[in-house]
Amino acid sequence: MIMADIQQVSFERIKHKKKMATEDLIFTILNTTFLVLFAVVTLYPVLNTLAYSFNEGNDAVRGGIYFLPRKWSWRNYEEILFERPGIRVGAKITVLRTIIGTLTSLAANALLSYILSRKKFLFKSGMSLFWIITMYASGGMIPVLILFRYLHLTSSFWVYVIPGMVSAFNVMVMRTYMLGIPDSLEEAAQLEGAGYMRVFVSIITPLCKPVYATIALFVAVYHWNSWFDAMLYNRFDPQYTTLQYELMKLLDSVSATTGATSGAAMTAATANTITPITVRAAASIATMAPIIALYPFLQRYFVTGLTIGGVKE
Amino acid sequence: MEISTSKSKKQKPVDIDKPKLTVKEFKRQWILVVISVIYVIYGIIFYYLPLAGWIIAFQDFKYNKGISGSKWVGFDKFKFLFSDKTFLMVIRNTFCMGALNLIFSTVVAIAFAILLNEVKNKYFKKSIQTISYLPHFLSWIIVVAIVHDALTSTGIINDILMRLHIVQTPFPFLARPEWFWPIVTLSNLWKETGWNAIIYLAAITSIDPCLYESASIDGAGRFQKMLYVTLPGLRPTIMILLLMNIGNVLNAGFELQYLLGNGLVQNVSRTIDIYVLNWALDARNLDYSLGTAAGIFKTVVSMTFIVVSNYIAKKKGDERLF
Repeated sequence: MIMADIQQVSFERIKHKKKMATEDLIFTILNTTFLVLFAVVTLYPVLNTLAYSFNEGNDAVRGGIYFLPRKWSWRNYEEILFERPGIRVGAKITVLRTIIGTLTSLAANALLSYILSRKKFLFKSGMSLFWIITMYASGGMIPVLILFRYLHLTSSFWVYVIPGMVSAFNVMVMRTYMLGIPDSLEEAAQLEGAGYMRVFVSIITPLCKPVYATIALFVAVYHWNSWFDAMLYNRFDPQYTTLQYELMKLLDSVSATTGATSGAAMTAATANTITPITVRAAASIATMAPIIALYPFLQRYFVTGLTIGGVKE
Repeated sequence: MEISTSKSKKQKPVDIDKPKLTVKEFKRQWILVVISVIYVIYGIIFYYLPLAGWIIAFQDFKYNKGISGSKWVGFDKFKFLFSDKTFLMVIRNTFCMGALNLIFSTVVAIAFAILLNEVKNKYFKKSIQTISYLPHFLSWIIVVAIVHDALTSTGIINDILMRLHIVQTPFPFLARPEWFWPIVTLSNLWKETGWNAIIYLAAITSIDPCLYESASIDGAGRFQKMLYVTLPGLRPTIMILLLMNIGNVLNAGFELQYLLGNGLVQNVSRTIDIYVLNWALDARNLDYSLGTAAGIFKTVVSMTFIVVSNYIAKKKGDERLF
């Protein structure tokens, strides 16, 4: 009797295990399919844009281009490189602001984070509060615009660099990281006669390379991708245009021909031998290229960076 | 000097976190104080002066007359704002799109993180993750160009729909108001899901593996483990991110809507920021005061959201921001 019971139970167990194994297999298949589909949906538009950028303009209007161009042409890239001065100026300004903006912002954020992470600093809590408030309360678009006009920051390159230099959010991420560095290092250096600045440059900075890299990456991507400040502050100054703002103008000209159309825009576009859609594709690829090229090298930094500051604040 | 301070440090290690404001200590860290003063001046100029600029909402501000020369009008601008049908519509749009975005981006990112975590093959997992956060680094301009291309009459979506005989002629997605909010939500998901999932994935790896083992011993299958171990383990992370994002609900509507909207869908596409921008840029109807008033409304509502949600979290004993 008892033996039969035990047999019955173990039989049930095996059945349960078998059921679980099939469930597991089905789940794995479905999950893999879903994730592959996700990757395809993510990558396809980029590849499609690449195909358009190498396609001949008039031919592209017919549509039906997927992964490969139908009629090869370098014409679109020639156009953006040589025939559109706006894009060239934009590229120059964007590269400049990315380099200058990232370096100044990194230095400014790092120094403030250093001060806020000194446990002995006399005005630590007041200073922290002063900057935390800036994360939540902002004056808004128009007071800022008026202020920049008073300060003569509009119609200038420096509007891209100076106002956004210190960001409380980035400071909080860096500060969290610096708080994790043992005090004993700082104390030892101070015993040797190092002042606060010396400790910052020679002790803290070398130890903070990962978080510096992360913040630099965030700031650089922000500068590379921004267009709104160019539109708001330097609309009438084509010498300070940015790459993305030029791209936005191309986007506007394409939507005018494909969406709800005004007749004038239509004829203006068809009179051109190169349809904007392929030129825009080429410009998109050109602006994406540096990010995608650097992506494999940089990605380990932002994952660690996000988890340092993001979760455990 | 240095030696004496280090000696005093050793004598009272208990009170190490709370420095006393003494002349000696002040002298010792004068350089930190000087740099702080520079930062405070910078902060006042670029963050606090714009807040002081809110006073122009109570004026009929003209740029060439300045703040001192412009006429004071009290609450007139706010009265106009709340009687303006466009403004009420714009509030609705901002709030609805922000809420849709918050809900869907949270749910989808969590689901994606959990599903990705179930993948056993390390390389497959890594590849999918790497691909997933690529779009985060593309600008909204490029994303809108992509959305545009996908949804036009010759785009991939209409192509698929026509091949499957779901529609006979291309469907004008971008010209239909009822499609605008779903398109905005999906565009956001396309761009940010992988990025948002990073934090959840990191949180999943910090869940105690013993919990999974004991769940297995109790006979829990994969789904049960996901539901009863992983999801509860993510709860603190989910709460803190929700709190942070609730304050941003009204901020989440600018670039995408501005770039994707057109005349046919403007009743559902315009957000508070676009409304403000129109008052700031439109040369014929320039009204800085009105735009500022609208901006004040947005900031005040956002702050209220943060404080209230933080208070609720505190009451329920969850994680909170402050």
